[in-house]
Amino acid sequence: MSDVTRRTAAALAADLAAGTVTSVELTEAHLDRIAAVDTDVHAFLHVDREGALADAAESDARRARGEARGVLDGVPIAVKDVLATRGLPTTCGSKILEGWVPPYDATVVTRLREAGLPILGKTNMDEFAMGSSTEHSAYGPTHNPWDLDRIPGGSGGGSAAAVAAFEAPLAIGTDTGGSIRQPGAVTGTVGVKPTYGGVSRYGLVALANSLDQAGPVTRTVLDAAMLHDVIGGHDPRDSTSIQQEWPSFTEAATVGATGDMTGVKVGVITELAGDGWQPGVMARFQDSIDLLVQAGAEVVEVSCPSFVHALAAYYLILPAEASSNLAKFDAMRYGLRVTPEGSPSAEDVMRATRDAGFGDEVKRRIILGTYALSSGYYEAYYGQAQKIRTLISRDFDAAFGRVDVLVSPTAPTTAFKLGEKLDDPIAMYLNDLATIPANLAGVPGISVPNGLADEDGLPSGLQVLAPALADDRVYRVGAALEALHEKEWGGPLLQKAPALEGATR
Amino acid sequence: MSTTTDALMAYDDVLAAFDPALGLEVHVELNTASKMFCGCPATFGGEPNAGTCPTCLGLPGAMPVVNGKAVESAIRIGLALNCDIAEWCRFARKNYFYPDMPKNFQTSQYDEPIAFDGYMDVTVPVEGGGDEVFRVEIERAHMEEDTGKSLHVGGATGRIHGADYSLVDYNRAGIPLIEIVTRPILGAGERAPEVAKAYVSQLRELIVALGVSEARMDQGNLRADVNLSLAPKGSGVLGTRTETKNVNSFRSVERAVRYEMQRHAVILSDGGSILQETRHWHEDTGITTSGREKSDAEDYRYFPEPDLVPVAPSREWVEELRGTLPENPTVRRARLQAEWGFSDMEMRDTIGAGALGLVIETIAEGAAPQAARKWWLGELARRSNEDGVDLVDLPITPADVARIQALVDDKTVNDKLARQVFEGVLAGEGTPDEVVASRGLAVVSDDGALGAAVDNAIAANPDVADKIREGKVAAAGALIGAVMKEMRGQADAGRVRELILEKLA
Repeated sequence: MSDVTRRTAAALAADLAAGTVTSVELTEAHLDRIAAVDTDVHAFLHVDREGALADAAESDARRARGEARGVLDGVPIAVKDVLATRGLPTTCGSKILEGWVPPYDATVVTRLREAGLPILGKTNMDEFAMGSSTEHSAYGPTHNPWDLDRIPGGSGGGSAAAVAAFEAPLAIGTDTGGSIRQPGAVTGTVGVKPTYGGVSRYGLVALANSLDQAGPVTRTVLDAAMLHDVIGGHDPRDSTSIQQEWPSFTEAATVGATGDMTGVKVGVITELAGDGWQPGVMARFQDSIDLLVQAGAEVVEVSCPSFVHALAAYYLILPAEASSNLAKFDAMRYGLRVTPEGSPSAEDVMRATRDAGFGDEVKRRIILGTYALSSGYYEAYYGQAQKIRTLISRDFDAAFGRVDVLVSPTAPTTAFKLGEKLDDPIAMYLNDLATIPANLAGVPGISVPNGLADEDGLPSGLQVLAPALADDRVYRVGAALEALHEKEWGGPLLQKAPALEGATR
Repeated sequence: MSTTTDALMAYDDVLAAFDPALGLEVHVELNTASKMFCGCPATFGGEPNAGTCPTCLGLPGAMPVVNGKAVESAIRIGLALNCDIAEWCRFARKNYFYPDMPKNFQTSQYDEPIAFDGYMDVTVPVEGGGDEVFRVEIERAHMEEDTGKSLHVGGATGRIHGADYSLVDYNRAGIPLIEIVTRPILGAGERAPEVAKAYVSQLRELIVALGVSEARMDQGNLRADVNLSLAPKGSGVLGTRTETKNVNSFRSVERAVRYEMQRHAVILSDGGSILQETRHWHEDTGITTSGREKSDAEDYRYFPEPDLVPVAPSREWVEELRGTLPENPTVRRARLQAEWGFSDMEMRDTIGAGALGLVIETIAEGAAPQAARKWWLGELARRSNEDGVDLVDLPITPADVARIQALVDDKTVNDKLARQVFEGVLAGEGTPDEVVASRGLAVVSDDGALGAAVDNAIAANPDVADKIREGKVAAAGALIGAVMKEMRGQADAGRVRELILEKLA
């Protein structure tokens, strides 16, 4: 394995600046790593070797002229296949979009290009981001680099696995109910869901528009902060995009890395623990609470009583919005078209195409959402869910009136085995129990690696939540916790991950 | 109507047995520079799909942003219709499949329209003098987007049935529309058809005065749907209604109301019941035919559009816009009548003919008021009667009329030749100047050509010539007529008279 793929993005940026490595060299190293391990991991749906190397060469030329566009200019990145990329296939993990090449870039992608980051390729995901295991991808599951028989989390399992398997130093994910943070937890990576509206959704193929949020997937908190500084900020093409000046997240992470937590009030959410939570996950969580206290934090228990209804509300709002978003896939303009025998009507073609093009989970949620929005049921389901959403926001408001940040384990368990929960949607949905409230309320959250569970030796995550617009706090506290941990681990948790090379399945 | 007359009830009999309730939904296409939710030009036509982008094509990932100018126009329309303006309102998704609609939902407003609870006082002239005023209550005016347009190729009818394939042009998709919905208009009784026509006509006049739309019915800028129901006379209830879609002229609005009243009456008198459905209006035969059945159970699964932030016009802005409204129509008419020096009769005839707006525009283009009135109520009213189209739908613009009058004023043509210019313009032969040139209509005032014609006339009419020589100057008329005949009306009559008198002095 090339050493360069094991370095953090911050270290690579420093190497590029110092001239000890070129963007072409490190882009090539990552492409080689992908070639070596991705048959096993299957983090990528599409690798753009030529494009990435061309971008890298341009980056090197810019740097040689002294015109580097920013710290991350030349550091390669992987992008979840739910973001539109001009000239690169965008499938959302679905057959219905097989072969679709968008004529435009998502704003996040535009910003990556403008900042000079070569795009290695598009990462695997649950179809239209529906799932918690990346087993719902129409193109086959992604495997967890820690144990190839296990799931990498979902829906952004491809992005998390790419970073965990050292195929990419950075990745972009999207988080609708935890799809950045939960994969982060089970792969030992860092995942950030910014404040809703903090990163443009323009070009992000919508799952549930009021919940979706793109964000960084990285190996360290500092890397995530640096990436967030590149992709964040107001976008006039997204009317829900927040118009305010954001502080430097890189700076917040740097401040946090001193590990000093003096004066920080940390609330432990009492509802996010207990029965059904894996003992090894809870044990690591308790260890981290102790670390925070030792570092000077004041830790209190905080109750958020409405959180117990979050999952129910989420599984009404999400399918409702999704059912409307997915209506555009009608076989008329782009993507798959299945034409039945005889002289079919437009409706016949649409029916056959959707039957062949959408997977079971997508069909399940379209039906749920159509039902939840139908007249006569709207108030009973969608209306009630929106009320719960308001109550959850109030719980957050009350909690943040008492503490600076809230913490919980990111996911109730470590990575389960592929296929284990595939036939039990409810069991699958429970994985996002701890992450969903943040999406319903629009507040930011980070998942940081939190050590290995004793039972299975697999990674667990700790989630830090902050009030809307206070993303800098999640970086500060996340970086502090990371610094405290790394002293103990002697480096990032990922250094303990299997090497993979030669591990053919 | 001949083929269906036997299925209709005589109008007087309808009125004896039933009370009509009328409702009108008028769609106005705004003349904003860009579309409702993206920056594409809001001009329909041109190369198909040239004026489109990911947003108005509904491509995966693309997002809408509200056009502030369209909101401004909506507010001004609402204010001009005496509506309340919402302090806070949202867009909603109206989910249904429509081949021309790229997202398979229309972004519209549902329970939160921008303007509501208004009225318009509609003046209907009474035969033999005087006016009757009906107050039409406006339930709401809301913002929405237009759809694209399909072209069905290969069939005999141009309809989808039997076509080999269909093409869709999305240039119109996303053009801003304002839909203005009345409450049921009760108590119009026998005048219901006239009230409907007068309402649409006055609404158009208002829209033109506001400058928010071209408001041409023949071009679909202004489209009216007619809702009509009958109830047993004096019962005070509302019957089952039908909705006749896209009636495309003032005259047709009146005819469609009358037709539906007569059609409903037959069915109800026979003990039948009216099917709640949409109906199509057929301009050529003057009948309606069944469209699709539309029960109240039709489920659009409305929900608030999550990609758009709410519209919350400040009260200051609303008041500022109130200051930009055209003056009260009654006051304005009195002012115009005084300015133009029209008699009461001339003014009433102008309004009754639906020519007020046209006369205003013609005067604005430089014609004298009496001349403008003369052409629209004379030559053009005659043509509109003959062709069975409204004045506003004649293929001639106020600018053309003003130009023709200018040609009369500078003696390029005389009144008689001007009528031929009108004919040419209406026949699509080009601008007034082009018609004058191509038809060779210019008046001849050249003494050489005229002198020869005068000599011929004198030679051919020696008796008349003698009378003039004897001082009976009045007899010159006969010689002028002869010259005119020879010159096919293109002689300058004044100069001809002078030449005759000179030669016979």
